[in-house]
Amino acid sequence: MKNEILRFTDVKLIYHTKHGETTAAENLAFSVHEGEFVAIIGPSGCGKTTLLSLAAGLLQPSEGVVESHGTFGYMLQKDELFPWRTVEKNIFLPLEVKKINTPENRERAIRLAEKYGLKDFLKSYPFQLSGGMRQRAALIRTLSSDPDILLLDEPFSALDYQTRLNVCEDVSSIIRSEGKTALLITHDISEAISLADRILVLSKRPARVAYTHELDFGDIKNPLKRREMSEFSEWFEILWRELNG
Amino acid sequence: MKTHENFSREHLQYVKKQRLHAALVWGLRLGVLALLLGLWELSTACGWVDPFIMSSPSRIGKTIASLYRDGSLFYHIGITLAETLVGFVIAVALGVVIALALWWSETLCKVLEPYIVVLNALPKIALGPLIIIWFGTGSKAIIFMTVLVGIIVSTMHMLSAFLATNKNKILLMRSMGATKFQILRKLVIPSARPSFISMLKVNVGMAWIGSIMGEYIVSRAGLGYLIVYGGQVFKLDLVMSATCILCVLAAGMYFLVVLLEKILIKNTER
Repeated sequence: MKNEILRFTDVKLIYHTKHGETTAAENLAFSVHEGEFVAIIGPSGCGKTTLLSLAAGLLQPSEGVVESHGTFGYMLQKDELFPWRTVEKNIFLPLEVKKINTPENRERAIRLAEKYGLKDFLKSYPFQLSGGMRQRAALIRTLSSDPDILLLDEPFSALDYQTRLNVCEDVSSIIRSEGKTALLITHDISEAISLADRILVLSKRPARVAYTHELDFGDIKNPLKRREMSEFSEWFEILWRELNG
Repeated sequence: MKTHENFSREHLQYVKKQRLHAALVWGLRLGVLALLLGLWELSTACGWVDPFIMSSPSRIGKTIASLYRDGSLFYHIGITLAETLVGFVIAVALGVVIALALWWSETLCKVLEPYIVVLNALPKIALGPLIIIWFGTGSKAIIFMTVLVGIIVSTMHMLSAFLATNKNKILLMRSMGATKFQILRKLVIPSARPSFISMLKVNVGMAWIGSIMGEYIVSRAGLGYLIVYGGQVFKLDLVMSATCILCVLAAGMYFLVVLLEKILIKNTER
């Protein structure tokens, strides 16, 4: 087993508002290993996004510990490209923020963009790109600062179905070939099965890990190929029951 | 690039139709103006209305010409224009700075909120006597009035623009480890640019209200002064002339803002 890169130990999180408090997570424990693609699914409203904020250190747990060894890249539902910046400048944004905007790093980011089909769009503005291309640009932006772990917050859910399958394919192959660790949050069971090495199923609120599954598709990592395999529908049925049970 | 010959006939017809329509709109606009001026002139010339109280386009023209001849035309325009522009710039600059401070500190924002609401609702003209006593009867008082009228509007306009920054984009910036200052500089300020322009447009009107109101209260020169003076001595030609000049100046300033908008905001931002 490779090194642990992220670990939640008995995490509890309480949300406070004027009208009261909500326990979003309790006894939440899991870990992610280097190079692994982990998907987290759960019933809606179980605090999936909260979990990513905890992982990225944007929220502190009320109890328990979140340990991480590495840097994060966050990818959201919408691409959130800045419309006043060109694609290239959008991709440089994390470099600027982290104050590592060196020629070498810019070069690296550009190479990444060119490798994944954004070469002709670097000087374009986001509105000139299709939805799928925009999401790809958002992924390259996430990767440009060379993070160790990618946190993906339902990154496909704002796309139409056709684009969604394509972008899912893209993202999978880019993450796999760059050898990145990824933690995907989704409510889409089939997306989780087609992408992940391991799936964690969360319970209703307060969220904890109810089930863990190692997916065994042999060496098949390609989402579309996985969707054609017979195991796919078996996994779907299992996860469906666990989510609704 | 498609040259003219490559377009389909249908497209050429479409373009032609669009151009014709634009020309028609402009023609009608000028027509309305000519019609109004003509009717005005005619009704005074035929004695339907008294030109002494209604004035007339030709009398306005003569008045402006005589103001030009005795050198006072550009003197009065210059004074009012300077007061308006200085007041405008100060109101905008202070408004933006205050809005930034209020965005930065939520506590400060909450503390000052009631004061801003009251100041916004207060008719600034009520402060007239105070302004005369504090600033005397020169341009300073008028500029202060102009700032007073514009500053609250620009503050509130910009604050609501800053606060409306997309929450997910802020989350994205935070996930990159951005400091509050970086979020401000790279996200909040650039995304407020369209609101900044619309605030400028509103403030063009506010600045003219402020400066003319200021000149009504205290002044010895300027277009507002000419209007008040003309009213007092029943020279309505002078009142009408100054008002017409104001229309032209206000429109000119507005178009400058529109020009700035074209430069500052490219068609890339949707």
